[in-house]
Amino acid sequence: MADLSANFIGIKSPNPFWLASAPPTDKAYNVIRAFEAGWGGVVWKTLGAEGPPIVNVNGPRYGAIWGADRRLLGLNNIELITDRPLEVNLKEIRQVKRDWPDRALVISLMVPCDEESWKDILMRIEDTGADGVELNFGCPHGMAERGMGSAVGQVPEYIEMVTHWVKHYSKMPCIVKLTPNVTSILPPAMAAKRGGADAVSLINTIKSITNVDLDNFSPFPMIDGKGSHGGYCGPAVKPIALNMVGEIARHDETRGLPISGIGGVTTWRDAAEFMAMGCGNVQVCTAAMTYGFKVVQEMISGLSQYLDEKQMTMPQLVGRAVPNFVEWQHLNLNYVTKAHIDQEACIKCGRCYAACEDTSHQAIAMGPGRVFTVKDEECVACNLCVNVCPVDDCITMVPMAAGSIDPRTGRRVGGFADWTTHPNNPMAAKAAE
Amino acid sequence: MTNSPLTPGIVSARLPATALAANFADHAPILDPHEAQVAADRCYFCHDAPCITACPTGIDIPLFIRQIATGTPEAAARTIWSQNILGGICARVCPTETLCQEACVREAAEGKPVEIGRLQRYATDLAMAQGHPFQRAAATGKRVAVVGAGPAGLSCAHRLAMKGHDVVVFERRPKAGGLNEYGIASYKAVDGFAQREVDWLLSIGGIELRCGVELGRDVTLSALRADFDAVFLGIGLQGVNALRAAGEDLPGVRNAVDFIAELRQAPDLAALPIGREVVVIGGGMTAVDAAVQAKLLGAETVTIVYRRGQDRMSASKLEQDLAVTAGVRLLCHAAPVRVLGQDRVEAVEFAYTQDRPEGLSLLPETFTLKADQVFKAIGQQLAGLPEGLEAAQGKIGATPARIFAGGDCAAGGEDLTVTAVAEGRDAAEAIHAALTAA
Repeated sequence: MADLSANFIGIKSPNPFWLASAPPTDKAYNVIRAFEAGWGGVVWKTLGAEGPPIVNVNGPRYGAIWGADRRLLGLNNIELITDRPLEVNLKEIRQVKRDWPDRALVISLMVPCDEESWKDILMRIEDTGADGVELNFGCPHGMAERGMGSAVGQVPEYIEMVTHWVKHYSKMPCIVKLTPNVTSILPPAMAAKRGGADAVSLINTIKSITNVDLDNFSPFPMIDGKGSHGGYCGPAVKPIALNMVGEIARHDETRGLPISGIGGVTTWRDAAEFMAMGCGNVQVCTAAMTYGFKVVQEMISGLSQYLDEKQMTMPQLVGRAVPNFVEWQHLNLNYVTKAHIDQEACIKCGRCYAACEDTSHQAIAMGPGRVFTVKDEECVACNLCVNVCPVDDCITMVPMAAGSIDPRTGRRVGGFADWTTHPNNPMAAKAAE
Repeated sequence: MTNSPLTPGIVSARLPATALAANFADHAPILDPHEAQVAADRCYFCHDAPCITACPTGIDIPLFIRQIATGTPEAAARTIWSQNILGGICARVCPTETLCQEACVREAAEGKPVEIGRLQRYATDLAMAQGHPFQRAAATGKRVAVVGAGPAGLSCAHRLAMKGHDVVVFERRPKAGGLNEYGIASYKAVDGFAQREVDWLLSIGGIELRCGVELGRDVTLSALRADFDAVFLGIGLQGVNALRAAGEDLPGVRNAVDFIAELRQAPDLAALPIGREVVVIGGGMTAVDAAVQAKLLGAETVTIVYRRGQDRMSASKLEQDLAVTAGVRLLCHAAPVRVLGQDRVEAVEFAYTQDRPEGLSLLPETFTLKADQVFKAIGQQLAGLPEGLEAAQGKIGATPARIFAGGDCAAGGEDLTVTAVAEGRDAAEAIHAALTAA
């Protein structure tokens, strides 16, 4: 069994699977159940400033989209930060950390954007024994309208300023949780780094409306005939999260900044992908909300088996895909592949044909007896047929050997050459004359 | 009740009423909405889908399943009915395992086809409750006679009515529906479904139904030809093939189709007599329907005896399995040589057979099965060719102008409800074309 114990910015946990700050971590009862199930750590649901707790709606808080068999693919929520008194949360945090010393316990925070408020909350949590804080600069609904959450996360200067306060008034490790509701994730990440953050975590939820009620003409979740946007999460957001994680992991200014990966982690495989893209650990919410806390056991066994099979340690996995995450202009334009259909595996549904014929390059022939074959002279290797095929590994992309002739272009498959040197590129680098 | 499965002879009430009710309940009830959603989600929406090609009526199956998946079963039903107006009964009786579901790519992929038949029932049952979806075109003033109110005739009549023609349907039996009403196992169409579907179909208007009128007895083809602009014959196969074995006229020996019809019309199943030891001779759907229902009525032993190998039975594998599951024994490679008995059937003597490329032959070895009731299910035939028509393959062949034929009585196509519906529909289109040609 591979060693899954993790040390993330000095915070130790028996495995890299933490529960994200969210409804599953709102109180001791849930957190204890999570630890009993095997979760390595939790980020306690966001605490606010002292005073009357915030309130939540009393109608539906979640909306969803589903795949086949009502498999939950995306979840949207309009729940706010904790609606329990600050003192109750602090008391429970203290007790849970005392009872579960080997688990990571990080506290998510969100208070008004002034120095006194942050100083005050940090003093209050200092003696809970918690392992660190996570600054919630990501929540896109409800709190953002009050100048908190993503309203801070969308202004790099605010991120830097608040992070600086936190590092000034507290010795605790500080994770800055970023919002994806920005045009580029890099300026917020850079700001966090400048402010002294020990790590960033991302992504928080994406502003969203999951659906519109077509009888009442209201966005959903619908509260008494009205709806507001919520925050979107779950398997559907994973591609967006992976890209943002990768952008931070590879950028000159942010490279090496520890990342806690969040966004649709549902299986060990998702977790491994986030780690390969540069995350030191992952945080999970929707998978636990969908299937219960037990899912962590599959994540643990799966990641462990994968590392064993690859004869790799977990630190060797972290960031392993980052050097291969390049910009488009650095992709090898001389790399030529052709789709190949395995006739034994083919069940003759013809979806590849419909997709290619109607929407792509007319590169699949339909022969007598519903035999589908690729026309190499037309195939641009777009991969759409692979994506729409319902059978695993039935259609594959086969690379052409260097030196062979691509029947589509009539040109010989050559060595590496990318757009930066392509003759059609007016900006192409030219050899010195 | 004093009788049991062990009571000798042909007697009624072998099982208590509760057992009979359970045995003859809907054998494949309608899917609930979630089941339908899950089943519909499995459809791959194939290009030029093989299931459509395999359906004799050419229903756009991927489209109707997608319409179910997106919460519009009414639209799905319309897609079905636009090709097959008897989509409701076909969803119940079609041998989907040898038609659309056999062609389903998921059958090839994993041996579990999309449940097309049950999805079709889901859509049509829901939508039928909302009334008739089609309207008639402007009246053409043309009149068409349809002989036979079975699947072919009803399909033809509906399409003609929809096109604006006036239709009179002549049916020899007291009720419309043909084999839907008289010829299929009771548990496949419970709660009077066949009649409800007929009523729903006729509610398009423009179709007059005259039951109890038989061609050749009460009305002649030449008279119909004189009175109407066109005639469609969907008279089915009323004759039953004989065993050609000595003793087949003994009491206790009867046609399986008559038993099936009687059972379908029986107001009280407990009053229906059935033998203790029942032998069914034949290898098709009729044999299976008769045998299974004999068992469900409480017969102690029911044996289907078929002269060729099991793989040659025209009843599908699913039907064979249904029979075996019900407790029916299948005996293959045996042909009846003699029905034995004094005043009534007591046993049947069979010879073993050999099925070779040059033909089927009887072997000298024989065996005898005890039987107090024997059902003959070795096929039906045309009961006499209507006046002035040509025969082909023992059925109605080419027809003169303004006379059309379809369904089991007409040459070509398999003898299936769904094929009859397709032929009736296509004949209606041909009649319409002929009547509206300038």
